[in-house]
Amino acid sequence: MNQKPLIDVRNLSVHFVSHRGLVRRSTRTVRAVDDVSLRIQNQETLGVVGESGCGKTTLGRAILQLVAPTSGQVLVDGEDVLQLRGEALRRRRRDMQMVFQNPHSSFDPRFSILKVVAEPLITHTDLRGEALTARSAQVLQQVGMSGEILFRYPHEFSGGQLQRIAVARALALNPKFMVLDEPTSALDVSVQAQIINLLQDLQQDRKLTYLFISHDLSVVQHISDRIAVMYLGKVVELSKTQAIFSGFALHPYTQALLSSVPMVEPTARRERIILQGTVPNPADPPAGCPFHPRCPVAMDICSRVEPELQDAGDGHLVSCHLVYSQEKQSHNISHRIKK
Amino acid sequence: MNDNLLSVENLHVRFNTYAGQVHAVNGMTFEVRRREIFGLVGESGCGKSVTGLAIVNMIPSGGRVVAGRVMLHERNVLQMSKSELQQVRGSQVAMIFQDPTNSLNPVFTVGDQTVRIIRQHMPLSEQQAHRRAIEMFEAVALPDPERIFRTYPHQLSGGMQQRVMIAMALSCGADLLIADEPTTALDVTIQAQILALLSDLRKEQDISILLISHNLGVVAETCDRVGVAYAGRIVEIGRIEEVLFNTKHPYTQGLLAALPNPASRKTALQSIPGDVPDGLTALQGCPFYPRCPHAMEVCLQADPQLIPVGGPDSDHRVACYLYPEDDSA
Repeated sequence: MNQKPLIDVRNLSVHFVSHRGLVRRSTRTVRAVDDVSLRIQNQETLGVVGESGCGKTTLGRAILQLVAPTSGQVLVDGEDVLQLRGEALRRRRRDMQMVFQNPHSSFDPRFSILKVVAEPLITHTDLRGEALTARSAQVLQQVGMSGEILFRYPHEFSGGQLQRIAVARALALNPKFMVLDEPTSALDVSVQAQIINLLQDLQQDRKLTYLFISHDLSVVQHISDRIAVMYLGKVVELSKTQAIFSGFALHPYTQALLSSVPMVEPTARRERIILQGTVPNPADPPAGCPFHPRCPVAMDICSRVEPELQDAGDGHLVSCHLVYSQEKQSHNISHRIKK
Repeated sequence: MNDNLLSVENLHVRFNTYAGQVHAVNGMTFEVRRREIFGLVGESGCGKSVTGLAIVNMIPSGGRVVAGRVMLHERNVLQMSKSELQQVRGSQVAMIFQDPTNSLNPVFTVGDQTVRIIRQHMPLSEQQAHRRAIEMFEAVALPDPERIFRTYPHQLSGGMQQRVMIAMALSCGADLLIADEPTTALDVTIQAQILALLSDLRKEQDISILLISHNLGVVAETCDRVGVAYAGRIVEIGRIEEVLFNTKHPYTQGLLAALPNPASRKTALQSIPGDVPDGLTALQGCPFYPRCPHAMEVCLQADPQLIPVGGPDSDHRVACYLYPEDDSA
């Protein structure tokens, strides 16, 4: 954990302000990402999970500067990319690429596959003509597609094939870091397995670092080294995958989320915690802990004081009053995690 | 005597498209018994949703049923007149869909919409219908039903909207609910709420549910029996534990192996090579043949029929030549 992280996100916030009313005077602020700090080591996969509206996609986009952060820092290799402008930023972007959820909508239907894959190469390199075509074909082969498809169009391909092409486009510039935003959510399970295998192979061969965003906990568990759980714009728990999935999830929200996943294997099922109600409106978050209105074990303090994300031992971060009040009662949590 | 509420028999549905004739459903056969939750599971394009629509005789334009029967309460839905259908829909069978936002009318309150449906099917006054709607909102555990009655769909969350849809669907006494991916648009914690509700309703309202889903986990935890659909037909059917833990068909085996699970972490997942057939090309023999790891010569010759594989007390059936026909049956 002491090595220098490839990606170091510090106190990142993204607030969306909407104006309402006749003279647009009243404003509402949605804190989509609220003071998030996390680090991703070289060649690590950090999974980000949470329900719709928790800010996981906005976090991924903000790291790549596809949306402008309101405040905070994003250090890549120690350099704050939010300060970069012009040519320096353009150069940085080569290292950071993204794959989106729905391949049918992330391609221009009038672009041939060549144009799709070559576009980043044209923007960022001097490759032109035959060299460009050759490089594009080579990139496609790396994702298991034939170079012969260069002159075909997106509608001729299935979702799984398109997602391979989307991965090829992201790989074209030899990035170090990729944000994968629900890359398999639009795919059937048999095809999902193909794409996950591809992503794992590429990570090994090309020493890639991933931020893997998904609402599907079993996929995240499969591919991630560490997992960040988000709720209402905040990271509420962050730990090694094994710690979270082997019964040591500490945050009540993580526990409820895990227990809600329907499993095929009866032995893999957890005792279900059915949460009451729904996620609060992010424009009007509750006071104190954002999870307290739905929390089955909420205490008095939870509605007044917002818990901080603290280390419960062994790098296992969690923001919950219960965890730390138990710790004070001489429950050694770090011991429990290591067990 | 006959315990089947619904039986779909050798159903074939085709669609005319610019690309040609698509065989969406190809000999679908299964039955839903009284008070059971039956899961119809499969990947995109396997014909599961079209089958659901055919049961209420609502195949979209361009499509038509070319063969088969849909027997509901021992009457063939596909041969009913418009007025008969009107009578059957709502009072015997009702359907809910994936995205409740698209199923509700945004310009009327959910109460008005529910009352309208109730009065269409039942001879009730405005006030009686109102009471019935409130009753149903209570049955689906909507908090403060009188307030919900006056809200517009956009004021409700996805989970609440789906509860309203279920209340509407069951308000006229239907004893078969067809739920087509009812939780796919919802978050997992809300999905857990809705699935628990469906299980409760089955007991409280004494209904059968046909749950159409792509999610094997959802089906495993909610249903009593399951049919696995591939290329428009059932390839394996039986009780949940038979199909999922004594799996016979190579396609079902492939689907289960492709699911990430705690033991598979960071290893290569098993995938099924190739893609689902597009329904445009007429298939010779078993539809799974091109992707099957156990493909044999016989598989190409004729389409395998569902044969019993589970012994005398079971109705576990599979359409695969790997299993010899049971002579004792």
